[in-house]
Amino acid sequence: MEASGPFLRFEQVQKRYGALAAVDGVTLDIAGGSFVALVGASGSGKSTLLKMVNRLVEPDAGRVLIEGRDVAETPAPELRRRIGYVFQGIGLFPHMSVAENIGISPRIRGEKAERGRIAELLRLVDLEQSLAPRLPDALSGGQRQRVGVARALAAEPHLLLMDEPFGALDPVTRDGLGRRVRDLHRDLGLTTVMVTHDMAEALLLADRVLVMDGGRIVADTTPARLLAGNGGEVAQALVAVPRQQAEALAALGAGPR
Amino acid sequence: MNGLLEALLRLGTPLAEHVLLSAAALALGIVVALPLAVWASRSPLVARIALGFAALIQTIPALALLALFFPILLALRAVFGEGLPTLGFLPALLALALYALLPILRNAVTAQANMDPGVIEAADAMGMTFWQKLRLVEAPITAPYIMAGIRTAAVWVIGAATLATTVGQPSLGDPIFAGLQTQNWVLVLAGCIASAALALVADGLLGLVERGFATRRRALSLTGIGLALAGVLAAAISTQGSTRETVVVGAKNFSEQFILARLIGARLEEAGYNVRYRQGLGSAVIHGALTSGAIDVYVDYSGTIWANEMKRDDNPPPEEMVAEIAQWEKRTSGTQVVGRLGFENAYAFAMRGDRAAELGISSLDDLTPIASTLTIGGDVEFFERPEWTSVRDAYGLQGATTRSFTATFMYDALTSGAVDAISAFSSDGRIAADRLTVLYDPKRALPSYDALLLVTPDRAADMRFVNALRPLIGAISVEAMREANYAVDRTENKLSPDEAADRLAESIGR
Repeated sequence: MEASGPFLRFEQVQKRYGALAAVDGVTLDIAGGSFVALVGASGSGKSTLLKMVNRLVEPDAGRVLIEGRDVAETPAPELRRRIGYVFQGIGLFPHMSVAENIGISPRIRGEKAERGRIAELLRLVDLEQSLAPRLPDALSGGQRQRVGVARALAAEPHLLLMDEPFGALDPVTRDGLGRRVRDLHRDLGLTTVMVTHDMAEALLLADRVLVMDGGRIVADTTPARLLAGNGGEVAQALVAVPRQQAEALAALGAGPR
Repeated sequence: MNGLLEALLRLGTPLAEHVLLSAAALALGIVVALPLAVWASRSPLVARIALGFAALIQTIPALALLALFFPILLALRAVFGEGLPTLGFLPALLALALYALLPILRNAVTAQANMDPGVIEAADAMGMTFWQKLRLVEAPITAPYIMAGIRTAAVWVIGAATLATTVGQPSLGDPIFAGLQTQNWVLVLAGCIASAALALVADGLLGLVERGFATRRRALSLTGIGLALAGVLAAAISTQGSTRETVVVGAKNFSEQFILARLIGARLEEAGYNVRYRQGLGSAVIHGALTSGAIDVYVDYSGTIWANEMKRDDNPPPEEMVAEIAQWEKRTSGTQVVGRLGFENAYAFAMRGDRAAELGISSLDDLTPIASTLTIGGDVEFFERPEWTSVRDAYGLQGATTRSFTATFMYDALTSGAVDAISAFSSDGRIAADRLTVLYDPKRALPSYDALLLVTPDRAADMRFVNALRPLIGAISVEAMREANYAVDRTENKLSPDEAADRLAESIGR
């Protein structure tokens, strides 16, 4: 894969909504097996860029290639069946049980979802087997997003797209699920692109951080280099937030006993 | 109470027809509304147009919507040929299906619009095709809401289907309209109870289906659907029944017509035909129904055909008029005028006897000087008819106030003093019973109205059919007809049109 070029490539992609350039000529290569975080403030264009990969958004100009092939060449349903997608809205089908939700990928490809496979996917995301027959309504927010992750992995994708996947979860759940996803990324050999506005999350999970601002990528570096002060003004402003929080917490801990 | 039970038990056929009509209209409504809803969910413009159109339809009174399909279908004959029925099942089906559209469409579109956008995003991102998304996600999630819309539509359609009677489609409106015309409230009540009960049953069964969808209990939905289909099937079987040749007797919307229809029907049944009735047809549509074969036989009046169909405004003596009508009918459509029944049901202006005496009025001439103080009552079509124009102009009645009533209520309006004079009918039993004075027409402004037996072109050569009816020619005197009419119209001890027809048959010895 590495030899034949990058796994995922953006070439001068552009998307405008009226006068606003949501994505303004982005060119970018992502290597297979990497965990990339796309960080930026609201409206920086990070979600739009992500959704161009599975064609939930079509670019006005430029193209997106997976393993050297333009995504526009593949019919959208076929393309999407090979890409895992997890997003903040989760979007579990309310009329289907947990097992049916997870089994939907094989089902739409005309295959039968095996019970063993569903049990395995539940295990992968640390969910009890007893949840399988439940409806999504009966689950907690964290459990629901775990089902969302399991559903995305059911198609055995090589590419996992995540759009603010943990945005609606409480901090403890968020931390646990984040680490779980990081492990799955490693164990399943995925290429993962995660959109988040939370720099701390990006620094902790990703091995490459891209900072977007005004539809452009303004920083492209590693967590270590970001923490060392590199990446420019916008990136450092985002890094400053968790750093100051960490320092404040440390100060509290070291304070008079 | 016994009378009501008896009336209810006799509603089998109209009930079965009502069920079939409502089910067909609902099914057609669903078949049109659902694809439209899917399209609307993909295009906000389509949603706006479709909902706007359906809402517009809803503002048209159901009765008018039904009536409008007569001219529409008549115009469509240019495309589909003369075989296109303009009366009966088809116009009723189309109008009611349009009526069913709005609640189904609105619920479907609203359910789509209110669906969690995340669910749609997930379905797309999973790689579902258009049909997979529809079948696996959108349909099951919106099903309970759509079912609620179908339920509402079913109740509306069953209620509005009673009006199908007016375009010649048998329904539970038959007893309601017949009862209204003859002031037989038991009959009206029976019709209302039956249609309300039918609506409740349909609502209950569809509610079962809805609950089944909402709670994902397939057995519940299937039970509801199964029972509803069984009901429709039973109705379909019960209307099949006989293998005898079926003929349709038409009737306009007043007692005399109901009685004559039953009199004719009884004779045809004796002759071995399976008889159905289409009653409550308006004067304007019934002639067209006969020439197009929607009905096989009915009684019309010479003056009506003369003015309405032949568009003549001269006024020849009765014999000449009838002869000319017979020729004209044969020439234009092949319709056969079998002959005159023997009595006349002419428009005749009538006043309360005491009031006429008080004012010294005996002829229409006497009304001229006091025209501006008069209120004249007419049946719903009278003031639109050339007879009124003719009388008005002949006797200078332009200044009079006019009010329209259904034929039955018109007499009550006169006796209660709400109007001074009415356009009565010469064969009406209430003229004698209410001691009314019929005003003399010295200028012969009102044409004659001999009751004529008319047979549809296709039956004109059917001798068994025509011979079964021939004994009625010249057999019914105006006195006999008045008595029969009065027996149905009076408030006390009234007879049903069926019973009155039996008595009339006895009294004329046929």
